[in-house]
Amino acid sequence: MEFLSQTYLLLHKDVRLELRRRESLLTMFFFGTLLLFVFHFSFDLVPEKIAEMAPGLLWLAFLFTGTLGLAQLFQAERENHCLDALLLAPLDRGALFLAKTCFNLLLMVLVELVIMPLFWVLFDWRAWNLLPQLFLVTLLGTVGFCVLGTIMSAITLRARARELLLPLVLFPLMVPVILATIRCMENIVRAGELGDAWPWLRLLLGFDVIFTTLGILIFDWVIES
Amino acid sequence: MGETGQLKKRKGIHGTLALIAIGVGLYYGLVVAPPDAYQGEVQRIMYLHIPTIVAAYVAFFLVFVGSCLYLWKKEKRDDILAHASAEIGVFLTALVIVEGSIWGKPTWGVWWTWDARLTTTAILLLIFIGYLLLRSLIEDEGRAASAAAVLGIIGALDIPLIHMSVYWWRTLHQPPSIFRPDKAPWENIAWPLLIPLIVNIVAFLILFFYLLSLRYRLGEMREAIKTRRLERGI
Repeated sequence: MEFLSQTYLLLHKDVRLELRRRESLLTMFFFGTLLLFVFHFSFDLVPEKIAEMAPGLLWLAFLFTGTLGLAQLFQAERENHCLDALLLAPLDRGALFLAKTCFNLLLMVLVELVIMPLFWVLFDWRAWNLLPQLFLVTLLGTVGFCVLGTIMSAITLRARARELLLPLVLFPLMVPVILATIRCMENIVRAGELGDAWPWLRLLLGFDVIFTTLGILIFDWVIES
Repeated sequence: MGETGQLKKRKGIHGTLALIAIGVGLYYGLVVAPPDAYQGEVQRIMYLHIPTIVAAYVAFFLVFVGSCLYLWKKEKRDDILAHASAEIGVFLTALVIVEGSIWGKPTWGVWWTWDARLTTTAILLLIFIGYLLLRSLIEDEGRAASAAAVLGIIGALDIPLIHMSVYWWRTLHQPPSIFRPDKAPWENIAWPLLIPLIVNIVAFLILFFYLLSLRYRLGEMREAIKTRRLERGI
């Protein structure tokens, strides 16, 4: 219980900060929209082809906006040595990890909730009935991304050029999430249901569970001062 | 003088042993072994290809062991081991990809293909290049060591998942020739081909541990210089 209330307090702090500053959410949202425009200029996205390319494009947009969010994740803690104060406080470090992950997840889900319908509208894709299922799969992929992303963001916290380093160490480790999410989404687009992609979904769930557990256990060493 | 002299002698012996072993391995692979029934002479690259990847896996396993030990006990020597091992592992993995390309062009007709094991190996290389980059970009030694150890552990745990996902995604590479789950190694390959392979694996492992000991000693010496400087206040 103590653990959860600590997580809640930390999450509350981050959400309140974000509501006052509105830095991450706005930049992520506009960057995501911008990417949709770039996609339109780069590919000839006629309505017949969109079903084929949608999973990859959507996930690419989320990957890039997510990285933008991760780079900012510990920004507030870096300023004025707030991180040291946070580490001095009698908190469970696992709670800190969970709060940061949830906060990043919250940001990404909010962005996805806007970008996904926008994608349907901008590219005149009529398959609105697929949206809820695709969103659910995306959500699972996003959890994996946020969990590993938070650990990597904390690791690169004190490195030089950390914004450049973060995607370099994060993306190779994200391969299972990227593959599993896109395969699931492709199956949904093709068949209207998950069908053959069940093993992929299990892999995705496994990834989420393994690295959430590992993150909570290992964060003590990740963030030590 | 006495101790360093003895150390030098030991290094010399180990180095000579590695050189002889590689020489014997090459002799076995290029001269003693008969050419493959289907692939002909080009198949001889296997005698380098498999030993290189075996040594690379040993290297990455040692990174994992060193990382775990470092986080547990916080002793500098475990960190030096992980770092030294990662550097040699990256070198060997890059070498494996080059060897594979040289073999792939005449056999498959392409330098590179998005096959499961090729892709996994390339991702492995990227992960550990990231590992070395991370180390070099954090100034504070202790923090660099902890961060790298965490990445080493996560990387090692992620590799089975990457392997599984990429394997489901596509498979073209011939099934493993030697290490297969259904048969013992000596049933998959004729003895005249297997013996040179074993000789080469042993030779590469000797070479690997020789390189590792050199690289480890380098790390120790760097540490010693740093301590010396701190003591004298430079």
